[in-house]
Amino acid sequence: MIIELGHYALVLALATVLVQSVLPLIGTIRNDRSLMAVAPAAALAGFMLVLFSFSVLTFAYIVSDFSVGNVWENSHSLKPMIYKISGVWGNHEGSMLLWLLILVFFSALVATFSANLPERLRANVLAVQGLISVAFALFILLTSNPFLRLSPAPAEGKDLNPVLQDIGLAIHPPLLYLGYVGFSVCFSFAIAALIEGRIDAAWARWVRPWALAAWSFLTAGIAMGSYWAYYELGWGGWWFWDPVENASFIPWLAGTALLHSALVMEKREALKIWTVLLAILTFSMSLLGTFLVRSGVLTSVHAFATDPTRGVFILAILVIFIGGALSLFAFRAATLKAGGLFAPISREGALVLNNLILTTAAATVLTGTLYPLLLEALTGEKISVGPPFFNLTFGLLMLPLLLAVPFGPLLAWKRGDILAAGQRLFAAAAIGLVLSAAVLYAKNGGPVLAYFGLAIGFYLIAGALTELWLRAGIGKVAANVAFRRFVGLPGSAFGTALAHIGVGVTVIGIIGVTAFQTEHVVEMKPGMQVEAGGFTLTFDGMRRGQGPNYTEESGHFMVARGGVAVTEVWSSKRLYTARRMPTTEAGIRTFGFSQLYVSLGDAMADGGIVVRVWWKPMILCIWIGALIMMAGGAVSLCDRRLRVGAPQKARKVKPVLEAAE
Amino acid sequence: MTRKQKRLAVISGGIGFLVAAVLLVMFAFSQSIAYFYVPGDLAKADVAPGTRIRLGGLVESGTVKRGEGSTVTFTVTDTLANVPVTYTGILPDLFREGQGVVAEGAFGTDGLFVADTVLAKHDETYMPKDVADRLKAQGVELSGKETIK
Repeated sequence: MIIELGHYALVLALATVLVQSVLPLIGTIRNDRSLMAVAPAAALAGFMLVLFSFSVLTFAYIVSDFSVGNVWENSHSLKPMIYKISGVWGNHEGSMLLWLLILVFFSALVATFSANLPERLRANVLAVQGLISVAFALFILLTSNPFLRLSPAPAEGKDLNPVLQDIGLAIHPPLLYLGYVGFSVCFSFAIAALIEGRIDAAWARWVRPWALAAWSFLTAGIAMGSYWAYYELGWGGWWFWDPVENASFIPWLAGTALLHSALVMEKREALKIWTVLLAILTFSMSLLGTFLVRSGVLTSVHAFATDPTRGVFILAILVIFIGGALSLFAFRAATLKAGGLFAPISREGALVLNNLILTTAAATVLTGTLYPLLLEALTGEKISVGPPFFNLTFGLLMLPLLLAVPFGPLLAWKRGDILAAGQRLFAAAAIGLVLSAAVLYAKNGGPVLAYFGLAIGFYLIAGALTELWLRAGIGKVAANVAFRRFVGLPGSAFGTALAHIGVGVTVIGIIGVTAFQTEHVVEMKPGMQVEAGGFTLTFDGMRRGQGPNYTEESGHFMVARGGVAVTEVWSSKRLYTARRMPTTEAGIRTFGFSQLYVSLGDAMADGGIVVRVWWKPMILCIWIGALIMMAGGAVSLCDRRLRVGAPQKARKVKPVLEAAE
Repeated sequence: MTRKQKRLAVISGGIGFLVAAVLLVMFAFSQSIAYFYVPGDLAKADVAPGTRIRLGGLVESGTVKRGEGSTVTFTVTDTLANVPVTYTGILPDLFREGQGVVAEGAFGTDGLFVADTVLAKHDETYMPKDVADRLKAQGVELSGKETIK
């Protein structure tokens, strides 16, 4: 009964978001304020209904109700509770419901925090959000309904794909979707601005917090996905340039560009049309990512089911929204008043360079991802574009951007002095080179390019700190004044610095692990030893174990340095009984930012086992850097500037406006 | 510089960057695209030794042999032709005889295919899509177990 209620709530939600999209649009055309006012209420109601529906599905997973087909296919009564819950979005239908839930959640947030927006803009934004929600609610109900029952109910479920039974997967999809879908708000704002044919700096001020929030979540989601692939797949790689990864990375690049161009628009009223286009493109890339991942065009852990009707349906959504938005842009962009011009050497000039490079990089990754698909669709020829393509193009394109990043905040708006900025960054560059040389001395050798890369990483961090240093006037004014100035710096200054430091930390991690990792593949028998990263691993032997829904064979290794025992590592191969599916559970030990990574291969006939041992220096920096970037986004979001006109204040203003009419 | 010249410089700089990016992409494509073949294609396709390709098919039953250390040899088949493959490293968890596989690598001068990456399925009901498509096109029966009779 409760299942049917959840199903029914989803149908009701479809009706509600339909109302949310149609009535306010009619309202803005007829200038009918009561129709426009429907939007926020409908958005909140739609959110409540989808939330109820999602909770019902979660409940079905928690109580292992195998009469629901979706639960039967993806759950098992013996599965640990956390994976029963994460199993809700560990499959196609459930993850689409999560997509919709987050979409209506953002609509509800917009409805709640937009009381200070102009009435027509608010109605239009929520209407566009409603339209997207209609498309996805229809998609779920027509092609991917998670509430379909089975009769008779099976006694036991088929279990979730074991590689998805992991804490990383419990967190990764919700974070990633918060990012993907968060950009829908920017998209809706862009469409609303185009409908109105009017756009100004205030628009950028409203959009930027949403872009920041979405970007922060997307950053965390991608980092989480990368870490999950690293430790769960047992291949030791942290990024494969897999189309599915690219699908999330392209919106991230576009979103990063959007953050920066919105800044120019907010401060200088320039780049207006470009920012609107970027807002449309960013969400379009999110939609494209959803299409690539969910339609079964690509083969990966994410392609749960390959049902052609689903692919066609998402493709239709994609074409309607991207095509519609771009046509609207083509018709209306000319009516938006273009912003002012500016000098190339200035803060805004630096931000344009940032946009140029980031969007080109995004286009490059997109080309490499789509080209094989297009070629196969057109000629039937099957090719693959591998990591070398992406490393070469993306790496070379990003190089100038990384060098330029610290210059941006040091250049003044309107007219900057690049020589002065260069002088101020002299210390940062020196710090980068000295630290890199110190690593060279300690390592005693290694590829020259790697040290160059490390120097860039240190330079990015030092450069970001330079900005804070100079703004606080450390060394120029008395210490207590400098301290007060430092504390009084706007949140956005700290946010920028943190995000840029994060980039530097990630660069250091990437260079460190790419250039200095060591890998040994050896056949080991108990008592044998292998060296990695200055540690000696001694293989003790195998032990059998039993988990709730799997059996495992674990290899035990003693880890010693210089003859002194340091720690031990367990690395196992599991067999999940319900699906008869083996997985590798790598044994990982962390030393500072570096990790020792041990994964098991096949057992040999003579009692030995193939063991793969990696030493991964600085690898944790990759994800720590991403977390620092995310923190930067969060700190920027707390900036006072973005909180101007909080809802309470607006409520006071509104009656005055009404009285004036 | 006058205003006009400045604008021209900025625009040409931007276009120059884009052109450089396009050239870079084309160069990288020419360097790193790997074509997909099944064994039956290779007789016609004349793949030069050292050219990187992806070889798909089924692991022929009874051909998986372990050599020194972690070196494995096996035969990839599409029922029309066979290709012997050697690989050093850890095979994916779902690598099994009689099942779909994609090996990436290049032919040596001796005609032996040296793979540096071996991909199998992501779960037990699934087969690499490229392989499934091609085998179906060649009329190979794919039963639930995906074994070749």
